[in-house]
Amino acid sequence: MGEVRVRLKKSLSGASGLLKLDVAFNLPAGSFTILGGPSGAGKTSILRMIAGLLKPENGEIYVGEQCWYDSKKGIYLKAQKRLQGFVFQDYALFPQMTIAQNLEFAASASQNRAKLQERISQILEMMDLTSLLNRKASSLSGGQQQRVALARAIIRKPPLLLLDEPFAALDPEMRKKMQEYLLKLHREFKLTTLMVSHDQGESINLADTIMMLSEGKIVNQGSPEEVFAHSNLSGKFRFTGEVLSIQASDVVFVVSILVGKNMVKVIVDKNEIDQLSPGDHVMLVSKAFNPIIKKIS
Amino acid sequence: MIDWQPIFLTLKLAGITSLFLLIIGIPLAYWMAYTRNRIKPVLEALIAMPLVLPPTVLGFYLLVLFSKDSPIGQWLDEYLELSLIFSFEGLVLASMIYSLPFMVQPLMAGFSSVPNRIREAARVLGKSSLATLIRVLLPMIRPSIITATILSFAHTMGEFGVVLMIGGSISGETKVASIAIYEQVEKPDYPAAHSYSLILISIAFAILFLVYYINGRKSYNRWEKLG
Repeated sequence: MGEVRVRLKKSLSGASGLLKLDVAFNLPAGSFTILGGPSGAGKTSILRMIAGLLKPENGEIYVGEQCWYDSKKGIYLKAQKRLQGFVFQDYALFPQMTIAQNLEFAASASQNRAKLQERISQILEMMDLTSLLNRKASSLSGGQQQRVALARAIIRKPPLLLLDEPFAALDPEMRKKMQEYLLKLHREFKLTTLMVSHDQGESINLADTIMMLSEGKIVNQGSPEEVFAHSNLSGKFRFTGEVLSIQASDVVFVVSILVGKNMVKVIVDKNEIDQLSPGDHVMLVSKAFNPIIKKIS
Repeated sequence: MIDWQPIFLTLKLAGITSLFLLIIGIPLAYWMAYTRNRIKPVLEALIAMPLVLPPTVLGFYLLVLFSKDSPIGQWLDEYLELSLIFSFEGLVLASMIYSLPFMVQPLMAGFSSVPNRIREAARVLGKSSLATLIRVLLPMIRPSIITATILSFAHTMGEFGVVLMIGGSISGETKVASIAIYEQVEKPDYPAAHSYSLILISIAFAILFLVYYINGRKSYNRWEKLG
């Protein structure tokens, strides 16, 4: 495994006219990067070009020492030849196969059978899928299907995992759970991961690097704190912290957040806590209040 | 007592024709469903032609093409010792052309109904097109395969014009049920014509009932919700 180096150029015709996609970035081995930005910015196209589902005009894609694409050298590996994991937004499981068959079909012919079975059961257990093993893919709920899709994507031990808004079709609660599963997999297998996401909360929870794309160019790149500190939130005070607890109090909820070494209590209403749970990394922003300055020394 | 041979011959012709059509229909429909080649509409039109042309037109040209006076007929006769006129082999070939749309169109519709994502998912997992076709696509479009095969079978059973032109009425070789009925009416032997006709009606109803029954049970696009 090694660093992933990507440099891509392509003109795309989108909903709002011609889009000139021109990006260059590196993904350190084992990193988790989220590709954000408005729809139509070219996020999915970048993912599809890395996967070999869309041909760039020029550029290069290197995964460690392996060349997947290099326009100067005239190298273009077909999608089938790129050892990768890819998760689609709409799961794309093979509906007439059971979960077990989906995973076995995904394995490559060269994988050792005994070791493969071991790996399949390990992944199934991590993803809480063992009990669904003999169910047809088409009979599962959205969240279950996406868990299978995630498991299927990593069966072959790909060095690179690509996810195209994998949780966009799920409700907030399920999305939260899926993030936990994904983090668990990422910690266990240290896959270099590139994920397209619209969701700021998701980005803060999962990514160590965020790349913001706009009209085909990367306009902002850095840690979640850095990126969202420069985003269009026009807050004046901004802290990041970790949710310690959420307590119900009459009709509102009190969220305790650890900011630095201090605990802060924030009152929120019910629909705001849907996405929150203890352990989440959050950003605390305040727009309109009058700070009082007291001299302490 | 009626002579059952024309009925058996009809079923044999329909069976062999459907089998051969399935073998060439799957790759053809697969290619047609997914190609972006500009020649596609031309092929689609050609395949659909038997739906609109009188069968006698098709039969007439096949007769001209395969007769001993044409270069193709001569070549077949000389090198393969095969005569495609007034023979069972000729009927199979003519029936295949005649029933081609009934095989290819449902298969194409089946292939097209499979979301693109499914094929992409197989590609990013490193699966070849052939492995994807056999393991993923064909099981997914099984209702279409059943429909196409049964419709081809039923349609071949019902042909008359093509057989009359290229096959004639040779007992045990080309005299199928529809020809036998025609001959009985000409004679005239109405009771015999009735027998053949009622048998054909029963078989046709049974086959069509089967198609609708199977497809009613297994909804056509049951994986559509997978996107």
